[in-house]
Amino acid sequence: MTTSSETLAAPRARRRKLPTELSILLVLAGIALTFELLGWIFIGQSFLMNQQRLTIMILQVSVVGIIAVGVTQVIITGGIDLSSGSVVGMTAMIAASFAQSADWARPVYPALVGLPVVIPLVIGLAIGTLAGIINGSLISYTKIPPFIATLGMMVSARGVAKWYTKGQPVSGLTPDFTFIGMGIWPVVIFLGVALIFHIALRYTRYGKFTYAIGANPQAARVSGINIEKHLIKVYAIAGMLAGLAGLVTAARAQTAQAGMGVMYELDAIAAAVIGGTSLAGGQGRITGTVIGTIILGTMTSGFTFLRVDAYYQEIIKGMIIVAAVVTDQYRQRKRKKV
Amino acid sequence: MVSPQTMRAVRESGAVPNASLLLEISNARKEFPGVVALDDVSLKLRRGTVHALMGENGAGKSTLMKIIAGIYTPDSGEVKLRGVNIQLKSPLDALENGIAMIHQELNLMPYMSVAENIWIRREPLTRLGFVDHGELNRRTAALFAKLNIDIDPEVQVSTLSVASRQMVEIAKAVSYESDVLIMDEPTSALTETEVAHLFSIIRDLRSQGKGIIYITHKMNELFEIADEFSVFRDGRYIGTHASTDVTRDDIIRMMVGREITQMFPKEEVPIGDVVLSVKDLALKGVFSDISFDVRAGEILGIAGLVGSGRSNVAETIFGVSPATSGTIAINGKPVTIGSPTVAIQHGMAFITEDRKETGCLLALDIQENMQLAVLQDGYTRFGFVTQGELSRTCEEMSQKLRVKTPSLDERVENLSGGNQQKVLIGRWLLTNPKILILDEPTRGIDVGAKAEIHKLVSQLARQGVAVIMISSELPEVLGMSDRIMVMHHGRATGFLDRAEADQVKIMDLAAR
Repeated sequence: MTTSSETLAAPRARRRKLPTELSILLVLAGIALTFELLGWIFIGQSFLMNQQRLTIMILQVSVVGIIAVGVTQVIITGGIDLSSGSVVGMTAMIAASFAQSADWARPVYPALVGLPVVIPLVIGLAIGTLAGIINGSLISYTKIPPFIATLGMMVSARGVAKWYTKGQPVSGLTPDFTFIGMGIWPVVIFLGVALIFHIALRYTRYGKFTYAIGANPQAARVSGINIEKHLIKVYAIAGMLAGLAGLVTAARAQTAQAGMGVMYELDAIAAAVIGGTSLAGGQGRITGTVIGTIILGTMTSGFTFLRVDAYYQEIIKGMIIVAAVVTDQYRQRKRKKV
Repeated sequence: MVSPQTMRAVRESGAVPNASLLLEISNARKEFPGVVALDDVSLKLRRGTVHALMGENGAGKSTLMKIIAGIYTPDSGEVKLRGVNIQLKSPLDALENGIAMIHQELNLMPYMSVAENIWIRREPLTRLGFVDHGELNRRTAALFAKLNIDIDPEVQVSTLSVASRQMVEIAKAVSYESDVLIMDEPTSALTETEVAHLFSIIRDLRSQGKGIIYITHKMNELFEIADEFSVFRDGRYIGTHASTDVTRDDIIRMMVGREITQMFPKEEVPIGDVVLSVKDLALKGVFSDISFDVRAGEILGIAGLVGSGRSNVAETIFGVSPATSGTIAINGKPVTIGSPTVAIQHGMAFITEDRKETGCLLALDIQENMQLAVLQDGYTRFGFVTQGELSRTCEEMSQKLRVKTPSLDERVENLSGGNQQKVLIGRWLLTNPKILILDEPTRGIDVGAKAEIHKLVSQLARQGVAVIMISSELPEVLGMSDRIMVMHHGRATGFLDRAEADQVKIMDLAAR
């Protein structure tokens, strides 16, 4: 079709916004090269010239990355989602209970073992989506701040995860199910959803409205956008992606535990913000979030590589997140003055 | 020039010369990007007088008041306080030099007590450094006694009526020992008895030698409370008179007295069938009994003061705040407009009053701003936005409207007011509206862009669009409209045909 290239022709805005992405990429390169240098000095080996390390690095952040893709969209609307980490735990537990193999000694549902893999997958995505719809509906129709709505979901979903088996882990998962957590699959899923939602944000009405609502909800409303419905959509997608992250987490660990995904929501928010998404809404891109996620992974992996004490790792990680946002604010202010 | 600090020190020493002129402003000028808000404005405030500022919306009263209150610094001209040159750098600066402003939107903290609000930053402390609530309440009670105000100092401000809050604001201003009190339409939300109480307080303050700058749109108040008044028009100073010397008509003439220039290129176009018909429309507590028809090619002007309900009528017709009663019919068919989405489906477009609050997506670029409304239905194929086609359309629109920008990638934030307005007009023209509602379409934009917008509106009328135009600028309403509806206090006080309408008649209906 001759029109397809034209249909997907990048808006000209892209040219101007490239430097934003470029600067995040430079930060990533800077961090990586610092580790490379420190590696040669202190450990006597290369940080980057180790394919296995790089693979593990991305694998480790893939789950956070999947969540971050959803959270980025929520933040673009001017909201926040604190519930994703708990939704990971909740979906992992519930989905896993439908993915147990027949030869496992103590399944949650003895009558429902050895089910086709599609059942736990659909259940996982549905539960995540449902959590998102509840978040979105609360925000749209009761007008409570997203912070509070998703804080409530964060506490309750974690509660559901613990209550579901009274704290017992769910194990003995079928090979078909654990397959999605094997090898490079989590990375493929992460980059896959990133691509899908990058395209959705850039080239569909859904994306345009998401940015418009974040930039000025009143103007968006007067322009005929049904803000309530749209916000529910965005939170539902974020919930679905958290559900997907829960499936991948359980599959990767070959078991589900109620404590899975604790603090993931904060890592995901950090990834989005480091990647240039503005907490004020209206601005942010999935490509930035992917880079932000990789920055988080690089830091964890680099510190481990340099054998930095885990306590120091957290202290420094916190400072880097804050520094990234301070730099971004500064850049924003400068751009405004032009 | 004396610094505010020195001035304050002198004042505290009690050595201030008891100048009869409390405040004197000469040749003040203030410019904002694209507009001259004040040009060569002067004002003299005498001790022990109430001095009213009169003028249409946008005449420069607010800007002048903000200069006096230290919110704006004038670009040129001088301010003399008690005979001494002074440059105020902040509202706090002004307050500490005895100038207090009572804002139209009250600035109290609702969840703190009355006493806490009044003495904030100046709370009496006990020896241990804790706030001395007993003393705080005693001081407040004493202050209230002096002003004849009957409010419990310990009560939370959120429980008070608007009138009581206003009293608290006044008491707060007085507590700073202010000589100059600025009141911006203080009676706009008060009942008659409340107004009477307010006036008695104002008279007390006057007899204590304070100077009060009183901004109002209401003629009768002017005669009742003001000793002198100054009139402003288009950012210029017109004159000062004693309120006993003039009649109501004189004042209206001073306020509006300008020739209608060639700025409003209204074309005579054939008027078609009724497109929009509004009957007994009401929004509970805001406006009621609004009925009118607008025909294809007709421009219906809506005039009235700020707060008369003009914008609310527009918002209700467009579904932003749906009507509580009454009917709206489009092309003869009754419709229910519960949201802007529905209004757009019926071919309506609405350019809102406040560009920044409800119009622009400031952080996004021109393209993204312009395409917003038309994206509702159109320009998508297989779920994807046909951005190439849409960009070309926006580009054409932007050239047609002569938006001055290097490219559509420019952030709207960086455009001038006139260009922002053109982008918003473009947003709606892309939807090919049959009914166009414009609320203050040329507020705060330069003369050139203004004329272009007027021309555009005329062209749209010629193409058969039914236009409703709300404006505070009487020449604009008179120049552009085929018919004018005048509103006052949420009601239509009259309709004027193009032939019979003039500024005096409108002001008469708008400010009774």
